[in-house]
Amino acid sequence: MRPAQTEQDGASAVATAAPAVRCRGLTKHYPSKTGPVHAVNGLDLEIRSGECFGLLGPNGAGKTTTIEIFEGLLKPTSGEVEVLGRRWGHHDDDLRQRLGISLQETRFPEKLSVIEVLSLFRSFYRRGLEPSAVIASVGLTDKSSAWVGKLSGGQRQRLAVACALVGDPELLFLDEPTTGLDPQSRRQLWEIIRAFGRRGRTIVITTHYMDEAERLCDRVAIVDRGTVIALGSPAGLIASMGGAHVVEFACSPGATLDQADLAALPGVREVVSAGSETALTVAEPHVAVPALLGLLQARQLDLLRLTTRHVSLEDVFMHLTGRHLRDEDVSPA
Amino acid sequence: MLARLREFLREPEAVFWTYGFPLMLAVGLGIAFRDRPVEIVHVDVQQDARAPEVAARLSSRNDLVVAVRAQAECRERLRMGRSSLVVVPGDPVTFVFDPSRPESAFAHARVNDILQRAAGRQDPVRTADAPVTEPGSRYIDFLVPGLLGMNLMGGSMWGVGFVIVDMRVKKLLKRLAATPMARADFLGSLAGSRLLFMLPELLVILGTGVLLFGMPVRGSWLAILTLAVLGAASFAGLGMLAACRAQRIETISGLMNFIMVPMWLLSGTFFSSERFPDLLQPFIQALPLTLLNDTLRAVILEGASLASQAWRMLALAGWGLIPFGLSLRWFRWN
Repeated sequence: MRPAQTEQDGASAVATAAPAVRCRGLTKHYPSKTGPVHAVNGLDLEIRSGECFGLLGPNGAGKTTTIEIFEGLLKPTSGEVEVLGRRWGHHDDDLRQRLGISLQETRFPEKLSVIEVLSLFRSFYRRGLEPSAVIASVGLTDKSSAWVGKLSGGQRQRLAVACALVGDPELLFLDEPTTGLDPQSRRQLWEIIRAFGRRGRTIVITTHYMDEAERLCDRVAIVDRGTVIALGSPAGLIASMGGAHVVEFACSPGATLDQADLAALPGVREVVSAGSETALTVAEPHVAVPALLGLLQARQLDLLRLTTRHVSLEDVFMHLTGRHLRDEDVSPA
Repeated sequence: MLARLREFLREPEAVFWTYGFPLMLAVGLGIAFRDRPVEIVHVDVQQDARAPEVAARLSSRNDLVVAVRAQAECRERLRMGRSSLVVVPGDPVTFVFDPSRPESAFAHARVNDILQRAAGRQDPVRTADAPVTEPGSRYIDFLVPGLLGMNLMGGSMWGVGFVIVDMRVKKLLKRLAATPMARADFLGSLAGSRLLFMLPELLVILGTGVLLFGMPVRGSWLAILTLAVLGAASFAGLGMLAACRAQRIETISGLMNFIMVPMWLLSGTFFSSERFPDLLQPFIQALPLTLLNDTLRAVILEGASLASQAWRMLALAGWGLIPFGLSLRWFRWN
């Protein structure tokens, strides 16, 4: 067990310690019929001990490949990986004892009860937590003796996280833990993950939900096409956009608006147009919106829709790549 | 270490819900292939003045069921296969039957024989029948050890191979590989649980043979148990090899059938493997199921000692150890 004070001091106290994960020049190529696929393409990262670190990116960006290399399940084509100061291939058992892992998709034996699955996983670790305590911490006490086959999607995902926690890991890897879950289940999982983080442990999480990364992570790396295209705290990345708000509007089809005119409006930092939709990044919406309405009136254009919202990581991703985070058909170049 | 193994055994316990199936198969096949009673043949005699006399002569034999019926009804019953032969009294006595139906041909020979003797035919050669019913040499006695061998093969191959691929499809293997679980423990516990589940099968099949059909067990039970464990372990190794890289349930099913179906046919489960040409014999004799079946028969039916079967047992162990070693090397966890 860790000394008690780290649990109270939280993330900041251990952030100066050795990095939990460090990788340099990481690549992973898969052979395919159309030539090698570069799933990971020269990735450098340093994940600090005690932080909650998010790998954010669209499907196919290489997040899962990256995290599975960290987990020791895949061998990189080239590059160096150090996890908790160790390397895979030399101290595997020691490392596995200290890691907790939840894969993107694991179907646990349907005919075993929740407590049996937890006891099974607990038996693999030299030290760890009481299975019933872990079940309580993920809110599955009612379902303790229920068969896995009878659990809902959210409950199964909490079971998967419980299996990752039962070895009382120093470092927790979660691969898309809330994908496909309803909002309530997602919030339950976030609370479990936050509680783990409050004990000063390190969390590495992949997700393609920007709100998840914004709420959970101390720092995120935005990954696209196998490389890190942005790195920083969610607030820092959002601030790097210059404005704190996005004004989106749509005019009647066929209307033409000069981008330069829009960019000249007071407080507008960036203009992105897609079809009849236009998004403005602005510092002060209460200044920019009246000016925009004035411009539309002067040009005698009909406004179909107008929304304003805070800048999100999605906007950061769009700003960097010109694509949406959740484009399903992103193909590696 | 021990705790790990024990914990792991709990899992297949629940996963192997299908393990009752081999038991049902054994009992079902055992009943289907038990000794058939002496065949009863239906013979109709066409309505005529002499019909009752003919019918009375034929009825004296207990393997014929004889009835006197009108002509149309006789033909109808023959056509529907309800009777095997129609006798039309007269001179000559006419037999109406389909010679391509074995029971009709049998009925023809039998009825002709009875009528000729009744009319005073003397057989020039004296013959006597000696029916074989001694336990140990009947078909059922041959069959039960073969069924046992086949079940040991099927149970081990499916119980190990299928479970591995199922866990791989569900990404459970990958999840387990991410834990500090010792991999040898995992494979060992799979094989170990298979051996545990093999015991009830062994008891049911041999029990059925002994209690229902009076099959003799001349060898020692310990020797039989040793052989069963050896056989189950060997086929568990083969099953593991088949499963070590298969990514889909369809692949493993095809592979399993590819391995097992030829052995069902060749290895003397339902009939002796010696019926195949001499050219194939060295190959057939080297198959693991042939080795297991022949050893089981030698021990159960002939009371052979394990020492006398040492070579076969060694070959069988090789069939388990070599694939096991290969599968350790080639095993794919994700």
